[in-house]
Amino acid sequence: MQLYLPIAEMSVNVFVLLGLGAAVGFVSGMFGIGGGFLMTPLLIFLGIPPAVAVATQTAQIVASSTTSALSALRRNALDVKLATLLTTGALVGTGLGVWFFAAVRRAGQLDLVIVLSYVTLFTVVGGLMLRESLKEFWSQRKGKARPRRRAGEHPAYLGLPLRMRFHRSHLYASAIPLLSISFFVGFAGAVLGIGGGFIMVPVLLYVFRVPTSIVVGTSQFQILWATMAALFLHAVANQAVDAVLALILILGGVFGAQFGARAGQYLRADLFRFLLALLILGVGVRFAVELVVRPTEPFSIAATGG
Amino acid sequence: MRALLRLFLTPLTAAGLLLGAAGAGAETLLTSLSSHQVLITSNFTGSQVVVFGAVQRDDQTIARASGYDAAIIVRGPRQQVLTVREKERLGPIWINRSQAKFADVPSYYALLTSRPLSELTAEIMRGRLRLGADMVFEPETGAEPAPAGDARFREALVRLRARDGLYLQIDRGVTFINPTIFRAAIPLPAEAPTGNYEVEVILFTDGVPIARDRTNFELVKTGFEEQIARWAETNSLAYGAATAFMALFFGWLATVVFRRD
Repeated sequence: MQLYLPIAEMSVNVFVLLGLGAAVGFVSGMFGIGGGFLMTPLLIFLGIPPAVAVATQTAQIVASSTTSALSALRRNALDVKLATLLTTGALVGTGLGVWFFAAVRRAGQLDLVIVLSYVTLFTVVGGLMLRESLKEFWSQRKGKARPRRRAGEHPAYLGLPLRMRFHRSHLYASAIPLLSISFFVGFAGAVLGIGGGFIMVPVLLYVFRVPTSIVVGTSQFQILWATMAALFLHAVANQAVDAVLALILILGGVFGAQFGARAGQYLRADLFRFLLALLILGVGVRFAVELVVRPTEPFSIAATGG
Repeated sequence: MRALLRLFLTPLTAAGLLLGAAGAGAETLLTSLSSHQVLITSNFTGSQVVVFGAVQRDDQTIARASGYDAAIIVRGPRQQVLTVREKERLGPIWINRSQAKFADVPSYYALLTSRPLSELTAEIMRGRLRLGADMVFEPETGAEPAPAGDARFREALVRLRARDGLYLQIDRGVTFINPTIFRAAIPLPAEAPTGNYEVEVILFTDGVPIARDRTNFELVKTGFEEQIARWAETNSLAYGAATAFMALFFGWLATVVFRRD
């Protein structure tokens, strides 16, 4: 069934989009991530203008993070104080991100910025996760437990000024590195149409040693507000949010995520992290190939207005 | 808009003089469109507009030995500034480097003829009547030829548009039902931009244009699609808020429907 998208100004097959939304939702539910980093490139590949794809995908992330944040709130698996601080940084990042997005779009380099960012971000994050995951496999094989953090042992950046205490997270750390990382995640999220959970979760987990049980809820709470701001700003500043497309993506994603979450329970934690690392690295490599291989059509047309 | 229209009509008057030379008692051309307003609904996957034409003769009209031919030119809404970019190699990667800007290029162009263009009329007449997708760039009025370096970009623009079904040329796209009545179907792809489409019909005999008629139709979004698009543009604040609310609502609904604890 073909459906006309009023903002993208093109006709798409609803079932293809619903299917894609469900498939990405399944993967994202399985890994507990937003899935924006898979969906946005797929939409662009389908021929939806990059600006519309990025802006509209944020609506789907708002929906999926609402679901996660609400269920985390219900289970009390969320540090509201930490989440609020992270949201502050992310909101500033989002605002700047949307502005930056509009600026490079005018300069005609939006595609390049999106592709380059995907390459660097995904190969770096995917590579780090893969290394971590392989180390874990290795130490298990040798039967050696990895050393636990001892009380009073902190990396230096936690001791910067403006230290705050987060009781739920057992964390006493400076606000500066926390605000910086959330600023970065908000910025990248607005430019790339991703939530950024796949960056925030490992950082909270490995760098700040926040307990596993509350990491996802806290990150999703921050993503909810940041992507809501991004959605709103994209609608106002770039007028690139397609409500019809958003609805299809949300419906597909919501159902897919539920089945994915069920499937995810049967995955072993270490295998799970290994697969996620491969997935992220794969997306990065896919974009790197696009950047290096000679394009079949070197020309492109853009309407640049008045 | 009115000024634009006048700009567009000036060469027409010039051409009218040319055609007037055929003298009294010449044929007149009557045309009609199947629709003057094509609506984009939610299941829009492209459409077509049919042009009907009739050659009117009277007692004084001289007999034509070779019969008639017709060409139909359709021009979609003009885009103010269009940038064509070319990816070039920079170190290991390919990025957009050189670019060319084009003003006032129609977003859609179709040329339908009753015979292949080369058989229809001479090359010089083809240039004068501006037949063919490669003619979209020529300024409508007067001088100011585009710089020569743009040729690559022009060619790319036409090629890309042709690939998307937005620039097309259909030989034998005009069918004569009898020697003086013809019809043609103008295909509109789903990607066709909304706005005003100008249709120009030229009647030929022996490779010489003898009559011309102009009409137009409009491609408009309608109903829900139109409301969404207009709302997004005129009231983007409320539109953004509504989309955010929709996302929140479905996110919340999922926690209720699929509650596991």
